[in-house]
Amino acid sequence: MTATDLADVTASSATLRRFLHGLPGVDQVGVEARAAGLATRSIKTTAKQFALDLAVRMIDLTTLEGQDTPGKVRALCAKGRRPDPADPSCPPVAAICIYGDLVPVAVEALAGSGIHVAAVATAFPSGRAPLEVKLADTRAAVEAGADEIDMVIDRGAFLAGRYLEVHDEIVATKAACGDAHLKVILETGELATYDNVRRASWLAMLAGADVIKTSTGKVSPAATLPVTLVMLEAVRDFRSQTGRQVGVKAAGGIRAAKEAVRYLVVVNETCGDDWLDPDYFRFGASSLLNDLLMQRRKLSTGWYSGPDYFTLD
Amino acid sequence: MGFDYAPAPESASIVDIAPSYGLYIAGEMVDPVDGTRFKTVNPATEEVLSEVAAAGPEDVDRAVAAARAAYDGTWSRLPARARGKYLYRLARILQERSRELAVLESIDNGKPIRESRDVDLPLVAAHFFYYAGWADKLDHAGFGPDPRPLGVAAQVIPWNFPLLMLAWKIAPALACGNTVVLKPAETTPLTALAFADICRQADLPPGVVNIVTGAGDTGRALVEHPGVDKVAFTGSTEVGRQIARSVAGSRKKVTLELGGKAANIVFDDAPLDQAVEGIVNGIFFNQGHVCCAGSRLLVQESIVDDLLDHLKRRLGTLRLGDPLDKNTDIGAINSPEQLARIRELSSVGEAEGAERWSPPCDLPDRGYWFPPTLFTGVSQAHRIAREEIFGPVLSVLTFRTPAEALEKANNTPYGLSAGVWTEKGSRILWMAQRLRAGVVWANTFNRFDPASPFGGYKESGYGREGGRHGLEAYLDV
Repeated sequence: MTATDLADVTASSATLRRFLHGLPGVDQVGVEARAAGLATRSIKTTAKQFALDLAVRMIDLTTLEGQDTPGKVRALCAKGRRPDPADPSCPPVAAICIYGDLVPVAVEALAGSGIHVAAVATAFPSGRAPLEVKLADTRAAVEAGADEIDMVIDRGAFLAGRYLEVHDEIVATKAACGDAHLKVILETGELATYDNVRRASWLAMLAGADVIKTSTGKVSPAATLPVTLVMLEAVRDFRSQTGRQVGVKAAGGIRAAKEAVRYLVVVNETCGDDWLDPDYFRFGASSLLNDLLMQRRKLSTGWYSGPDYFTLD
Repeated sequence: MGFDYAPAPESASIVDIAPSYGLYIAGEMVDPVDGTRFKTVNPATEEVLSEVAAAGPEDVDRAVAAARAAYDGTWSRLPARARGKYLYRLARILQERSRELAVLESIDNGKPIRESRDVDLPLVAAHFFYYAGWADKLDHAGFGPDPRPLGVAAQVIPWNFPLLMLAWKIAPALACGNTVVLKPAETTPLTALAFADICRQADLPPGVVNIVTGAGDTGRALVEHPGVDKVAFTGSTEVGRQIARSVAGSRKKVTLELGGKAANIVFDDAPLDQAVEGIVNGIFFNQGHVCCAGSRLLVQESIVDDLLDHLKRRLGTLRLGDPLDKNTDIGAINSPEQLARIRELSSVGEAEGAERWSPPCDLPDRGYWFPPTLFTGVSQAHRIAREEIFGPVLSVLTFRTPAEALEKANNTPYGLSAGVWTEKGSRILWMAQRLRAGVVWANTFNRFDPASPFGGYKESGYGREGGRHGLEAYLDV
């Protein structure tokens, strides 16, 4: 199938449905076994160093709480710029991920750093609002200076089989983003099956997503290794069919450096080098960063420093 | 810079290999009568690991006599529960020493530590645990009240899963009340000799398990020995035929688990990425040294290009090298003889017009290595579609309809295993009923469980190992 063939896929509700339901199925036992197999890779010494630094550079350092304040966001930005104050060789994170109203604070705090400002939008996390509200939410964040938008899909419409509606909503949000990068959150914990994860991945990519993202972090389970594997297979296959490279963001529930390294192994062995780049793979996380820093320092000094040696922000 | 995995070798210091080994007879390590020894090497480095005794006819005689004495004197008189107790003890010690045994297996056999650690050893212990449970429940196994053991079992095992095949043979034999003389393969004797040590550690009565090392002559002397009541063999069809001939007309009961040329059948509605994993696991697991390997890939013609694209990309990620590296997927070929056979059949494949492909792959300078290889454009008439290669070589054939897939899958003298990949449950059942293979895997491949019987149709042998069915081979029923 070529890129032009794919253009016809979204011509109507029926064609889109046929296409999504015609994707190869995902065998649950098989995909979970493959993910578990990759998780046994043993990443040591130089490979670990490479993985830890790359993981830091891939983090969307996140705070998405009702209690977020400008002070909290400024603290997070400072942490993102210089995650380990004791070690100037530690790279900065990829982005700071916040609610839309706090974007101006982050833009100011990150000026000149090259760190992206990512805002969640479209009535995050549930997505239960009229389209105009979702688009206004998106435009406001972009106008305030966000250069990345994390939108949620309408899971209700998806599960009801109204795929074209979900598609059109993503297209409209993408248009509202302008130059900002669009990450499309599938909320895989609510889609429940791997078949749905694959379909939603293709749906988002067909609609123009720059990145497909597992979860909001508000629903359990959030990111899992097999779900991320299925999404990585989707972006890999999408590029080989269309030539366009879409990124993946694993968000929620990844707290240990060891887990992050496993994700990078899965990226490496599913998609290869091209995706081992902060432009194409991200971690949505908050507490993960400190564990990465702790492991980083252990690797360079040979011993573990206590948690008090790393900043809580 | 790419993500290059640094070496992550499992430490070999955990194993203690003696410079030479004797034979394990009547609970003692004894020297062979004529003093002949042979070398066992690490196939990944060609380094000599140890010298092992070559048992002659007199040694075999001693071993069979020891097994007979133990059968008459202790083992057949023990309450069934006590037999179970010994088997549970063996299982626990195997678990406790699993890391050491996994390393030893990888050193002597060449298989990746990932497999010996995560597949072989857990299955070895599971097999002993499973049959330990049967020991005092044989009345309820469906063979009538109080089924009797056969006596002395002669067991000859191959080099592809040395310790696992030992477990498949010894655990049910002992559970049913038999005593055994086991001959490990000449290229992989070390874990069997370590098992001798485990028998001593478990205080197993002397003579219940005897281990005689040696090559084909030793095996022949053992299976032809008049004091043997039962012969169990896993290995090539050619040797299996010789054994069947030599025991014909005797009282010996025989089970044979021989070669295979399994079809792994992928329909157009298969879960593609998992099918690719299953194909890889089917033929490249244990370097393809697997009797039930999925060595013939039958793909529905409508998806063959897409499937091959995915498969080739996946083969590019296989990591070949040091078997003790925890990230190694493909280890060494077990012996120069096997390597020569794989090379020979591969060149026959090319000469017959099939297209050969391997991913870019650096082979180590020393040791016996063969890259993962696939042949496309293979037809049923090619030798690589008919003969067991027993190496990391996959023959890809296509089909158009389920009936054609079935016909091609069954069109082989072998019948050990088969795989079916489809999202359609009814088709799985339709195929499974008609495939003439002892094991049919649906949407998976090379999965084993001690509770599941395993064995072949046609020239893949007879008798079943594993599960309740596996008891029958060691009972007088």
